Amino acid sequence: MSAFEAVIGLEVHAQLKTESKLFCACSTHFGEKPNTNTCPVCTGMPGALPVINKKAVEFAAKMALAMQCRINTRSVFARKNYFYPDLPKGYQISQYEAPLAENGCVSIVSGGSFREIRIIRIHMEDDAGKSIHSRHENLSYVDLNRTGVPLIEIVSGPDLRSAEEAVTYLKQLRSILMYLGICEGNMEEGNFRCDANVSLRPLGRERLGVRTELKNMNSFRHVHKALEYEIQRQEDLLSDSEPVIQETLLFDEDSGTTRSMRGKEEAHDYRYFPDPDLVPMELSREAIAGWTAELPELPPAKMLRFQEAYGLPEYDAGLLTAERDLADYFEATVALGPPPKVVSNWIMTDLLREIREKDLVLSRCAFTPERFASLLKLIDSGKISSKTGKQIFPELLLQDLDPGTYVQEKGYVQISDDSELTRILEEVLEENPKELAAYKAGKKKLLSFFMGQVMKKTKGQANPKLVNEKLQELLK
Amino acid sequence: MKKIETQEVAKIASLARLEADRATLERFAGQLDNILEYMETLHELDTTGVDPLYSPVQHPAPFREDSVHQAYTQQDVLGNAPESDELYFIVPKII
Repeated sequence: MSAFEAVIGLEVHAQLKTESKLFCACSTHFGEKPNTNTCPVCTGMPGALPVINKKAVEFAAKMALAMQCRINTRSVFARKNYFYPDLPKGYQISQYEAPLAENGCVSIVSGGSFREIRIIRIHMEDDAGKSIHSRHENLSYVDLNRTGVPLIEIVSGPDLRSAEEAVTYLKQLRSILMYLGICEGNMEEGNFRCDANVSLRPLGRERLGVRTELKNMNSFRHVHKALEYEIQRQEDLLSDSEPVIQETLLFDEDSGTTRSMRGKEEAHDYRYFPDPDLVPMELSREAIAGWTAELPELPPAKMLRFQEAYGLPEYDAGLLTAERDLADYFEATVALGPPPKVVSNWIMTDLLREIREKDLVLSRCAFTPERFASLLKLIDSGKISSKTGKQIFPELLLQDLDPGTYVQEKGYVQISDDSELTRILEEVLEENPKELAAYKAGKKKLLSFFMGQVMKKTKGQANPKLVNEKLQELLK
Repeated sequence: MKKIETQEVAKIASLARLEADRATLERFAGQLDNILEYMETLHELDTTGVDPLYSPVQHPAPFREDSVHQAYTQQDVLGNAPESDELYFIVPKII
């Protein structure tokens, strides 16, 4: 047992899914030719004036409301000054004093119990561009298409206590952003990013230890690995009575370690001041009330409702509500009749497995809730066996097929017709007089022999439950 | 007592990527010192209950609708660059 406790706070940057940039009408569309989505405003031409995007404010405010923050009806944009070629203005437009929102919280499930994580602030800012560093020449190539794309920064309190907890919190934020439909939430593509502040303190002590800042973690797995590594590194230092140096560290995904990025420290003097090009932003009580009313049901509430309304275990409810698409898919299917737990089991095993293995997007599959419900009905009514159902499931998910028609055409329909089954059973008994006599003489084990014969005759399409019942009846 | 030393002025100049010789730095240190001195005088005023003034402009920020409008071509934007390859801005290597 470690004598230290880890204290982690996260700074999350989420790109907002608007059509145009935060302060100009350039497109935010990803993947365009370099420097095509640019104009005098986002390239920092002298005299060009920023005008704020209303949609970006709405999106940011909705996230703040979902995190139960207090929204400042008057917030101020500030210049964060530093020099870097992907920042043509020479400053980032951000918020410092009077950010958009403050003092919120979000609850996460950690170690089986609920934990409240404080949200210190949520502020708006514009993104920087991208640079490519040449390997051969002493040059860098700069693309300013991303410059000026709206971001929100969500700053948590130092309330996270382990790498697992940090990842759980991060996933919860992502889930909420995606429920709100305001961020793509893709860490690999960089539209959902995270920096972490980490320090250790002796168990039971209130005062925080010296912290380091971790950067360059572009997947949940990296965040976990980087934090685990950094916690261990600091623990080793402190155990040897060596000091932790306050610095920024980069995670290196190849080695799974963190390394210092010294030299940039001096640049941390950002000399914030209110941006004279932007007057304070005022939000009316009515606008805020309107956005509050538009908030969808969020994951924690949905999870509780799934447990209560559908009688699902907490595990199922948590998994089904992690993504809005999946939760909607579940509800749409259940609305068509199949029992919730059956639907949940199929989703958690077959559906999610196929989606992960084949990297599918559920909303783009032709396998609609209607088709899913019809497949489950085919099984429930005994028209096909559940084994057949599992077998044909991947096919149904990938192709544009109607389950009812498909099983007919492929001959997967079980023989459940009473008179036809009786006819086949009688044939089998007639063709095997020796076995029949032996059975009647007491060799009851031969029941499975007759079962096997029936299955052979029907190419496995007889409803096994019915065959069993009928056989017992005929052999009485 | 000086409010700002030449050394600090040198640091601010370097943060702003401004080159200045010793004489210039000393001259600015003197001027900045006068400004700070005057701020000190202003600071004597009791401003309890007065909101900070972030902008002398009295109307709130106007908003823009979220619609895309392309007014400049890639060539227009790259046209001002000292160096480009018609796709990217080219700068001395950053890292």
